[in-house]
Amino acid sequence: MNFHSIAQRLPADVAGGENVERSAVRTRRRRLTPARIGIYAFLFGAALFFLLPLYVMIVTSLKSMDEIRAGGIFALPLAATLEPWRQAWSTVCTGAACEGLRTGFWNSVAITVPSTLLPILIGAINGYALSFWRPRFANLLFGVLMAGAFVPVQVMIYPLVRVMALAGVFGSLPAIVLVHLVFGMPMMTLLFRNYYCSVPQELFHAARVDGAGFWRIFLRVMLPMSLPIIVVAAIIQVTGVWNDYILGLVFAGRENLPMTVQLNNVINTTTGTRLYNVNMAATILTALVPLALYFGSGRWFVRGIAAGAVKG
Amino acid sequence: MANVNLRKLNIVLGGKSIIRDLDLQVEPGEFLVLLGPSGCGKSTLLHSIAGLVDADSGAIEIGGRDMTDADPSERGIGMVFQSYALYPTMSVQDNMSFGLKIAGMPKADIKRRVGHAAEMLQLGALLDRKPSQLSGGQRQRVAIGRALVREAQVFLFDEPLSNLDAKLRAELRRELKLLHHKLGSTMIYVTHDQVEAMTLASRIVVMEKGQVQQIGTPLDVYERPANRFVAGFLGAPAMAFVDGALDGAGRFTADDLSLVPGPGCCAPGVAGGPAVLGVRPEHVGIRADGALAGTVSLVEPMGNHQVVWIRCAGHTLASLVHEDSAANKYEPGQAVRFTIDAGRVSLFDPQSGNRL
Repeated sequence: MNFHSIAQRLPADVAGGENVERSAVRTRRRRLTPARIGIYAFLFGAALFFLLPLYVMIVTSLKSMDEIRAGGIFALPLAATLEPWRQAWSTVCTGAACEGLRTGFWNSVAITVPSTLLPILIGAINGYALSFWRPRFANLLFGVLMAGAFVPVQVMIYPLVRVMALAGVFGSLPAIVLVHLVFGMPMMTLLFRNYYCSVPQELFHAARVDGAGFWRIFLRVMLPMSLPIIVVAAIIQVTGVWNDYILGLVFAGRENLPMTVQLNNVINTTTGTRLYNVNMAATILTALVPLALYFGSGRWFVRGIAAGAVKG
Repeated sequence: MANVNLRKLNIVLGGKSIIRDLDLQVEPGEFLVLLGPSGCGKSTLLHSIAGLVDADSGAIEIGGRDMTDADPSERGIGMVFQSYALYPTMSVQDNMSFGLKIAGMPKADIKRRVGHAAEMLQLGALLDRKPSQLSGGQRQRVAIGRALVREAQVFLFDEPLSNLDAKLRAELRRELKLLHHKLGSTMIYVTHDQVEAMTLASRIVVMEKGQVQQIGTPLDVYERPANRFVAGFLGAPAMAFVDGALDGAGRFTADDLSLVPGPGCCAPGVAGGPAVLGVRPEHVGIRADGALAGTVSLVEPMGNHQVVWIRCAGHTLASLVHEDSAANKYEPGQAVRFTIDAGRVSLFDPQSGNRL
């Protein structure tokens, strides 16, 4: 409420002040002071620092191996070729098989889709139950869940392997999805709990008076108004699961190794010459999904976080 | 139309006792207003009638049936909330019909009821809009409509007008009163606004600290407050209190201020002793031939009247002056003579604060 009213008031205040200060602002903008030059220089340098590796990767991935051996890693390709990309996608050796990264890509998709949908759904139900129904020991439960978020993953790997093996699901798609579900739960629950805590309790009361029960209130009232936070949760979960290496390596099993694991196999191959151009193309291909997600949904991401913080 | 009966109701929230041994009878068709400062338990009481807060002990009866442990939807109530609490993703129409759909009512009946409520509240043109496309007043109308379509026996209002600006509040207040006349349903209304309480209520329940201070018609509560809390809470400017003593002959004296209160001030045959005199501003009249003398300390112009604050022997009294003429211009420091309408004052016990 407060944030909204401040946000609404701000433009008016600014507009009011503008009349007085407009001329001053105009002259100040035109002048290029040493401080401003310094700021631009710093920003430009920072941008260069972060973009340079990406530039090298893209340029290298478009060169032939002969051209790479000739040196000049910053040079633009003389004869640009997409051959390394084709190889990385469909013929490069990822261990014993030489079918390219595409198997890893589809494995990652198969892992990521259920590992995103399930944690979001269960996290939303958790958050909803914790903030509206307030079961007995709700705060204790939430505290334990949060404490779980601070235990390093490495500590839990071996016990989890034993448990999965005992249950007979070790090294399968359900196993890796279950692991992602467990490790994603604290964050997902926290996100949705905080989002629902900012929803007025009266809305929940109104639905109760209207005769809606636990599931109907969740599905008809709360879930439809959760789109902003669902987008945030999806971005966090998709990037987390897609970029995961160690859990996929341990739990997914030989048949379901995710793209990250296969990328590592490609790059760490010890036999033959190092195909730098193929390695670069393979790396970019693997990073493409989270990258595209950020570019495509950056606006939603910010809006979702803001909505979660301010709403109500 | 149904009555509501609360017997020995106790509500404990988070280990704190909010409502203690409360008894309350709400008559069928009555407009009962629960009035009190924030934190007095009035909202909690309303929520417990709605079934949204569990009673610790005691009984809640609605329409002659025990509803103490019933689900909110089974109690035959409709409720309107302060923050409107409209479902943000549903249209106005869906907002109003949500409860009826859950109850499994046939589509034609839902349509008839929603249409009827929309007509009564002038929402016909807005049925397809989302709550975010409505103004505050329209949103609260939809919230009232959502309660109306349930055709409930009892309507509960939880400070429904507090989020509206002053002009809209007055407008919707009138509409609510007309609505009550039209429907004749039992209504229980929570507010901390004494104007709403005075204008809407057929009876007011003044609450403080989880306990009922006084129940009565607006006039009754205003004219004969049961204790100093009620007296001070109702009326603006508030009732002035003057510490003094009552002698055996029924004369109240406090320094230079002395008068014989009329028979309405207190129980008949009240004994002498220390007492507190309560005077409402409209019963203090500034007059050249007044028996009492004082000095003007402050003048507050209100447009259609002015409030003149008078210092008299260490006590401050407010006086309402209505006629706006040259003769009624007062300046701070000006000496004035005034009278107190002795027939309309109240006397309180200085220790307990109760009416003598």
